[in-house]
Amino acid sequence: MSDLAVLSSFLVSAVGLAVPLALAALGETVSQRAGVINIGLEGSVIWGALGGALGSLAGGGYAGLLAGALTGAAAAFIFAAFAVRLNTDQIITGTAVTIGSLGFTGAVYQSRFGATGVALELETLPVWEVPLLSRIPVIGPALFDQELTAYLVYVMVPLLAWFLFRTRWGLALRAAGESPEAAHAAGVPVVRTRMLAAVFAGAMAGLAGAHLSLAHTGTFTENMSAGKGFIAIAVVVLGRWRPAGILAAALFFGGAEALQFTLQAVDADLPYPLFLALPYVLSLAALAGWFGRSRAPEGLALPWPRRGH
Amino acid sequence: MSNPSHAARFRADLLPVLGAATALLATMAIAAALLALGGHSPGIAFGALVRGAFGSWHNFVSVTLVQTTPLLLTGLAVALAFKARVWNIGAEGQLHAGALAGVAVAVSLPLSSSLLLLPATLLAAAAAGALWAAVPAAMKTRMGVGEVITTLLMNFVALFLAQFLVQGPLRESRGALPQTDAIPAGAELPVLIPGFRLHLGFLIGILIAVALWLYLSRTAGGFRIRAVGASPRAAEVSGRFRTGPVIWRAFLASGAIAGMAGWIQVSGITRRMYEGLSPGWGYTAIAVALLARLHPLAAVLTAIVFGALSAGGAAMQREAGVPDAWVRGIEALVILAVLAVDRGLQAFSDRTARGETRRRAQTGTASGLA
Repeated sequence: MSDLAVLSSFLVSAVGLAVPLALAALGETVSQRAGVINIGLEGSVIWGALGGALGSLAGGGYAGLLAGALTGAAAAFIFAAFAVRLNTDQIITGTAVTIGSLGFTGAVYQSRFGATGVALELETLPVWEVPLLSRIPVIGPALFDQELTAYLVYVMVPLLAWFLFRTRWGLALRAAGESPEAAHAAGVPVVRTRMLAAVFAGAMAGLAGAHLSLAHTGTFTENMSAGKGFIAIAVVVLGRWRPAGILAAALFFGGAEALQFTLQAVDADLPYPLFLALPYVLSLAALAGWFGRSRAPEGLALPWPRRGH
Repeated sequence: MSNPSHAARFRADLLPVLGAATALLATMAIAAALLALGGHSPGIAFGALVRGAFGSWHNFVSVTLVQTTPLLLTGLAVALAFKARVWNIGAEGQLHAGALAGVAVAVSLPLSSSLLLLPATLLAAAAAGALWAAVPAAMKTRMGVGEVITTLLMNFVALFLAQFLVQGPLRESRGALPQTDAIPAGAELPVLIPGFRLHLGFLIGILIAVALWLYLSRTAGGFRIRAVGASPRAAEVSGRFRTGPVIWRAFLASGAIAGMAGWIQVSGITRRMYEGLSPGWGYTAIAVALLARLHPLAAVLTAIVFGALSAGGAAMQREAGVPDAWVRGIEALVILAVLAVDRGLQAFSDRTARGETRRRAQTGTASGLA
C-alpha cells in the first residue's frame, strides 16, 4: 500500500472507532452538565449492543439502532431511578448498573443463542456515501463514507451545543448541574431534569452500543463494550464538557485505537496487547491534564436534595 | 424509656444486620422473578445453587470457601478504601498487578525455602498492588482527578499488561500456551486441611479482617480514616490532621490487600498466571464490602455469601442450565438492594432523630447536647 492509502485507511477506521465514543460521550456530557455522572454508561453501551443485535434480527439494521437506543435508555432509567430519584450514591449505583448489565446481557445472550454456539451473524448497517464530499482525497472516505451513526454525530454536535448554551432549557439543565439549590430556587425541577438528562445519555450510549454490534462487527459477544463507556467518560473530561471538544477528543481516541490495526498491518510482530492498552493509558493521561485542564460542573455527583437536611 | 441510649445502641447495631438481610431477601425475590421470566424454574435453580455451595463438605470447603478467599481479600481492600471515601473500583487491576509480581518473583528468585519465598512473593504482590493504586492516588491528591474513572481505567491497563506478559516475557519456557511457568513448590501456599483444596490464603484473609477491624476501631490512624470518610471537609477544617496522607494510606493499603489477593489465588490454587485469572472478583468485591456495611468482620460473612453464589452458580449452570452470567446480574441486584434499603433506613432514622429532638426540645434538654 502507498503511504497515502495507509493514511486513508487509518482515518477510515479512526472515524469508525470514534463514532461510538462520540455518541456515548455526547450523551454523558448532557448528563454531567445536569450534575449526574453515570458510571453505568458502560451498562447502557452493552445493553445497546445486545438490543441492537436483537432488533436487527427482528427488523433489520435501523430497527436495531432504535432498539439499541431504547435498551440503553432503559438501563440508564434504572440508574437514574436509584441515583436521582432515590438519591443513592451515583458512583456506587453506576458501578452496580454496569456489573448487572454485563451479567444480564450475558444471561440473555446465552439463553437466546446458547453458551458456546457459533458467532452470531447480523446484517450490518449500510454505508452512506455522500456524493462529491466522499471523493475528497484522504479525508473524504473517512468522513463521508460511513454508517448513519457517524452522520448522527455530525448533526448532534451543533444541535447539542445550541441546546446547551443557547436555549432556556439548556440553561436550566446546566443550572441543575452547577448549583441545584439555585436552580431549585429559580423553579427548575432539578430531579426531573436530572432524570431526563441521564436517560438521554443512556439512549446515546445505547446507540453507541448498537453501532458496536451492527457497524463494526456484525455480531454480539459478551462484554463486547470492553470499557468503551468508561473511555467515553474520559472523552467528556478531555472534551471539556463541550460538544465540539467531545468530537475532537473522540477522534483522538478513535485514532489511538485505530493505530493498533494500522501498525499490525505494517508489522505483525508488534506486541498487540500493549496497543490495546493504549486508549486506556491515553485516557489516564487526558484525565491527568496532560492536554490541558478544565472545570467539571460544580454539582457533579453530589446528591440532590442534600442529605441530612 | 428507662435507658434510651441503650435502646439507641441496640438499634444502631441491629439495623444494619436487618438491612443486609432485607437486601438479600429482596434480591432473591427479584432474582426469582427474573429467572422465571427467563424461562427457568427458580426452585430448581436455587436448589442447584444451594447444593453446589453447601451440599457437601467438599462443596463447602473446597469450592465455596476457595471462591470466598479472593472475594474476602478484595472485599476487605474495597471496604478499607470506601471507609475513607476513596472509591477504589480498581481492585481487579490491583489483583492482576499483585499476581504478576508474585509470579515474577517466584519464578525468578533462586530460592526454594517457602519460609523465604512465601513472604517475598506476598510482599512483592502487596507492593505491586499498592503501586497500581498509587497512580489514581497521586492523580486524586495532586491533580484533583476523581478516582472512580482512573481506577477503572487502570483495571484495563493491568489486564492488557497481564496479557502482554504471559504472551511474551513471562510466557512458559515450553512456549506452548499463553501462561507462565508453574511456580516452584516453595512458593505454593499449603492447604489447611489435608484432602481439601482450601489453602492458607483463607486464613490470611481472616487475619487481615481482624487486623483491619482492630486498626479501624482502636487506633488513631483508623479513626482518621473514618473521620475522612464521614466528612472530608469537616476533617480538613478541623485542622487536627491533613487529609491527603490519610487518603494515600487508604489507597495504598487497599491496593496492597487486593494485590495479595491475586498472588494468593495463584499460589494457593492455579500455580500459574494466565489471562483471565479473575472472573471479576475485584468488582464483586464492591458488593461484598457494601453488604458488609464496610465492616471488616462482617466482610468474612458476606464474602462467604458471594463465594457460595459463585460456587453455586457453576452448579446452577450444570444442573439447571442457567447461564453463569446470571451470577453477575444477581451481584448487581444485591448492591442496588443495599443502596435502596440504606436510603430507607436513613429516612427512618432521620425521622426518629427529628422526633427525638422535638421531644427533647419540649422537655428543655436539647441545648448543647445534640
